[in-house]
Amino acid sequence: MSNHDIPEENLPERSTAHGEVSVPDENPFADPGLPPHEHRIQDIDEGAARRSERTVALLFTISMLCTVGFIASYFAIPRDKSIFVFPIGHINAMNFALGLTLGVALFCIGAGAVHWARTLMSDVEIADERHAIEADPETKQKVLADFAQGAKESALGRRGLIRTTMFGALALLPLSGVFLLGGLGPKPEEKLRHTLWAKGKLLVNMNTDQPLRPADIPVGSLTFAKPDGLEESDEDFQQQIAKAALMIIRIQPENIKDKRELDWSHDGIVAYSKICTHVGCPISLYEQQTHHVLCPCHQSTFDLSDGGRVLFGPAGHALPQLHIGVNQDGFLEARGDFAEPVGPAFWERGAEK
Amino acid sequence: MSSTTRNASRRQAPAGERVADWADGRLGVYSLAKSNMRKIFPDHWSFMLGEVCLYSFIIIILTGVYLTLFFHPSMNEVVYHGSYVPLQGQLMSEAFNSTLHISFDVRGGLLIRQIHHWAALIFIGGMLVHMMRVFFTGAFRKPREVNWIFGFLLLVLGMFTGFTGYSLPDDLLSGTGVRFMEGAILSTPIVGTYMSFFLFGGEFPGGDFVARFYTVHILLLPGIMMGLLVGHLILVFYHKHTQFAGPGRTEKNVVGMPLLPVYMAKAGGFFFLVFGVIAIIAAIASINPIWAIGPYRPDQVSTGAQPDWYMGFSEGLIRVMPGWEINFLGHTLVLGVAIPLIVVFPLVLVVIAVYPFLEAWVTGDRREHHILDRPRNAPTRTGLGVAWLTWYFVMLVGGGNDLWATHFHLSINSITWFVRIAFFVAPVLAFLVTKRICLGLQRRDRDKVLHGRESGIIKRLPHGEFIEVHEPLDADQLHTLTAHEQYEPAQLGPAVDENGVERQVSRGEKLRTKLSKGYYGEGNQIPKPTVEEYKEITSGHGHH
Ligand code: HEM
Ligand code: FES
Repeated sequence: MSNHDIPEENLPERSTAHGEVSVPDENPFADPGLPPHEHRIQDIDEGAARRSERTVALLFTISMLCTVGFIASYFAIPRDKSIFVFPIGHINAMNFALGLTLGVALFCIGAGAVHWARTLMSDVEIADERHAIEADPETKQKVLADFAQGAKESALGRRGLIRTTMFGALALLPLSGVFLLGGLGPKPEEKLRHTLWAKGKLLVNMNTDQPLRPADIPVGSLTFAKPDGLEESDEDFQQQIAKAALMIIRIQPENIKDKRELDWSHDGIVAYSKICTHVGCPISLYEQQTHHVLCPCHQSTFDLSDGGRVLFGPAGHALPQLHIGVNQDGFLEARGDFAEPVGPAFWERGAEK
Repeated sequence: MSSTTRNASRRQAPAGERVADWADGRLGVYSLAKSNMRKIFPDHWSFMLGEVCLYSFIIIILTGVYLTLFFHPSMNEVVYHGSYVPLQGQLMSEAFNSTLHISFDVRGGLLIRQIHHWAALIFIGGMLVHMMRVFFTGAFRKPREVNWIFGFLLLVLGMFTGFTGYSLPDDLLSGTGVRFMEGAILSTPIVGTYMSFFLFGGEFPGGDFVARFYTVHILLLPGIMMGLLVGHLILVFYHKHTQFAGPGRTEKNVVGMPLLPVYMAKAGGFFFLVFGVIAIIAAIASINPIWAIGPYRPDQVSTGAQPDWYMGFSEGLIRVMPGWEINFLGHTLVLGVAIPLIVVFPLVLVVIAVYPFLEAWVTGDRREHHILDRPRNAPTRTGLGVAWLTWYFVMLVGGGNDLWATHFHLSINSITWFVRIAFFVAPVLAFLVTKRICLGLQRRDRDKVLHGRESGIIKRLPHGEFIEVHEPLDADQLHTLTAHEQYEPAQLGPAVDENGVERQVSRGEKLRTKLSKGYYGEGNQIPKPTVEEYKEITSGHGHH
């Protein structure tokens, strides 16, 4: 054992040297050596061995039958048939049949092989030597000398100019790759600060696709809205809705606690971003009595009667409110974009106004 | 060579040998087989855990390649016309559309999808348990530290491969997970916004991420993992397997059965067993039924959204973190997201990677170790391992706080506070309790060696006292229970060196001494019985 470089005196001793069987009188804890091999029933009884053989063969045969069953199921079972299997319930028949036949076909091959190994193959334990991994000192010296020789012949140490320029060239080269990666995306610029909302944009009901009037928003309801003109079939629909999604509720104006919220509401109707300020899940649960909304992802709770303030959960700032009003035709409209970025916070987001 | 001798030699050598000869002349297979064909592998149930990982990886690759034949990694919106009636006519990405196609219109497609997903869960779970086996038995010690790192990288990359795969179908659940990831990236100070724009090709969700994740999922990460896996196995062969202490087993040998035939049949058979079990699970247990969840829309969400289990601890971290945000000079530091996901998440993983080096530094032991520790014989290490696991599970619990709340009618608020406190307290408790248990077990082993095993036979002594008869252990057991090595705690050494000059004791050295006491000092391990103690007890009055 390579004990040579251990400065510690506290390493335990390795007393029992390899293979050495000490006399128990001297050391009762000494390694008694490999125990004698114990015969299995199959080693001494040919009948038992033959039974094992038959078991293995049976398992392999079941496997073959299952593969045939797999092929039969593949053709015979209609793709959409569903069956009732106790206790799982209704499941797709084809998936069940294919999976089961394949699974059993595989399993039986495995079970057969393992049974064969355990009962019929020799189970005599054998000891193999281990060899130290570390090279002996001569090998080490030889390698170091070879390396020194090679390094000397390259003259890298002496020719400083070559060395410096080579390392310089190799160090600069990866920059090309870094710049190529620049094409992965556009710069963020101000994109996260703007949504489709703008002065005069109508609030359109997400479900009915109709512009909303104040009368469409009863107290206690939660309505989802999108900006007029944004259609599901639009190419950038997903990006736009990821920022513009809106939820609208109605509160008795006297119950609105926040002054700005009241200013930006219309007759108790308030519009808030639907995108959670934590990491961006859409908020979906509304508590009518308290006007709290809950994000289903990590349970951040916001008070929509108090400026969208965070009441509970991991969100770091209030939900942004959209300033709304009613146009001359009596439809709800936005009075501008959100005053601050919607959704999760980011480095450039800056202080809340 | 005349034609007759050539014919003669051709008739003599069987076909298999001739193929082997051909290969030997070109690849040197005989020399390779000489050292490997009858290579010895020790047997223990826990040594199969690594095999579970290997086999599920192979299953993942086989089924994954099949899935690529049908999957379209594109976010172009199409109208669904397939055979699943409830979604007909709906707009969805091609990725989602093709996953529906695999599930409903390709014969056996659903089975392969479900095998792929189940195998992924088992793969990552298997790696975690396998790693625990290696940890608690000390198999990571020299010379196997590099292989520990390989395994660690496989675990981390496996998690990310799973995450990217989970995101590919572009369904409502996985899209929510991707959004979560975007929020985490955005929280990175200074570069977060750029990173997010570069990853998504612009604003979230954009039209690129499925195609990009696809390349990462099927080529980049599996390619790296394949390399690491091969390296991992080569090292296992090269180091030869570790073994538990026992009669005839030493640091200089390895005792077991040869690769050909026993281990080949057992391990080869085990591949079929694992594959068979996963196929049966996929036949009866549905996983990720994306049709019931629907295509991704950034403004919609399903309640009770949960990631695959191996991401659950990050979910827990982010749920219980208070929502700290600092605004200064027009910038925002999103600590509430950055601390759990950018700092703690990697930290939880990195402590695993560095542990072997920490322990080696504390022991100062540079010898090779091939005999495994029983976890009880390394109480501090075992305690630390259990503390880590506890930490991990506390966060998993936190990740499902809404599920606990609804199932057990608890308030989210109290669960969150419970998890917050448990995050700091539970690992410490787990550490102390585990160490206690280990020491108790060590004491029991010591008693067994010195006083024999309790036989269950009650004897009445002449003066009326009842005692239980203790049977002495045989030589095999005596050796097995005393074979472990015990370190002495490190000493700081004299404050003055041999020339009488005051020695500067570095802070690192002081810390090391302290840690060493914690590992091996008095009360932190039970001294194993010495030969003298044993002889004194056995020579006298037999038992008691
Ligand atoms: C090595 C570790 C891997 C893990 C942990 C993994 C995991 C996953 C998971 C969890 C899914 C989601 C399946 C679903 O429920 O829909 C998935 C999808 C997919 N994976 Fe993998 N995978 C791995 C490797 C591979 C490889 C090597 C390939 C191909 C060569 C591949 C091809 C695919 C494809 C095409 C899909 C999307 C199809 C679908 O979702 O139905 N995967 N993967
Ligand atoms: S995304 Fe809403 S709480 Fe996390």
